[in-house]
Amino acid sequence: MPILDELRRRFGDAIVETEDHRGELTAVVTRGALLGVLAHCRDDAALAFDVLMDLTAVDYQKFPGREDGPRFDVVYHLYSIARNHRLRLKVRVDEDDASVPSALALWPIANWLEREVWDMFGVRFEGHPDLRRLLLYEEFVGHPLRKDYPINRRQPLIGPAS
Amino acid sequence: MGVGGFFTSKLDEAIGWARKYSIFQYPFVTACCGMEYMATACSHYDIDRFGAGLPRFSPRQADVLFVVGTISHKMAPVLKRIYDQMTEPKWVVAFGVCTCTGGFYDNYATVMGIDTIIPVDVYIPGCPPRPESVIDGLMKLQDKITAQVQRY
Repeated sequence: MPILDELRRRFGDAIVETEDHRGELTAVVTRGALLGVLAHCRDDAALAFDVLMDLTAVDYQKFPGREDGPRFDVVYHLYSIARNHRLRLKVRVDEDDASVPSALALWPIANWLEREVWDMFGVRFEGHPDLRRLLLYEEFVGHPLRKDYPINRRQPLIGPAS
Repeated sequence: MGVGGFFTSKLDEAIGWARKYSIFQYPFVTACCGMEYMATACSHYDIDRFGAGLPRFSPRQADVLFVVGTISHKMAPVLKRIYDQMTEPKWVVAFGVCTCTGGFYDNYATVMGIDTIIPVDVYIPGCPPRPESVIDGLMKLQDKITAQVQRY
């Protein structure tokens, strides 16, 4: 696909892996090149990805084939209104160093999306001005969507911990 | 029973009868059960028959707290505060399985039944309960209000 070819040609080794699954485009990017690739995707006239549809993360702990590898994928879903095409970008980060640069300067919507990822997965976003929990309360300890968070642990604000 | 006891018990009955037909509810609607609550509250089921046709959206003017829908731990202090703001006499109805027991949620976010926070008078199970179940619960609440020894 032209979009993935274009990214590989321009960024070379910074594009770790690409996949075209029935027209669904995915590119895995190194963390160092992430902001450059995102900015290019937004500003290039042929790509024109003006919308950050979603920003989320996946915990691959205990995932077959990924037990030793980087634990988290941070996933960016981009959409272009003008060109009507989509692209998924992924960054792999380790548990010890779970942080990626913030995309807040490129898309303001990244503000709350990054706070949600921090809340649920504990991935930090460097350069985010106000990285507080978005959905849970301040007193909550841990990050509940991590695979090693016990499914029935309760942290009630009031009432008994059942 | 003396003459005084006779009058007191008759007065109890009269007040109980009056109260059971003037249920002003406070609907604390947080989730999908709210649709079924709305269906019940609309004209087809006519809950005015039970004197419960008028919801009051202020806890200080309400008699019955209808907790309709999943309560999360983040919402729990709000619910407790609403309950504390209601004036006596007051009753609580747990509407739907999420408020009764937590329902199918077993996770970090959901309160395992509102009776861990506030006292509950009537449980209406169902996911969500049919309007018929709600009316059944309402009638059970009326029985409870009538039978209750009034504090005055």
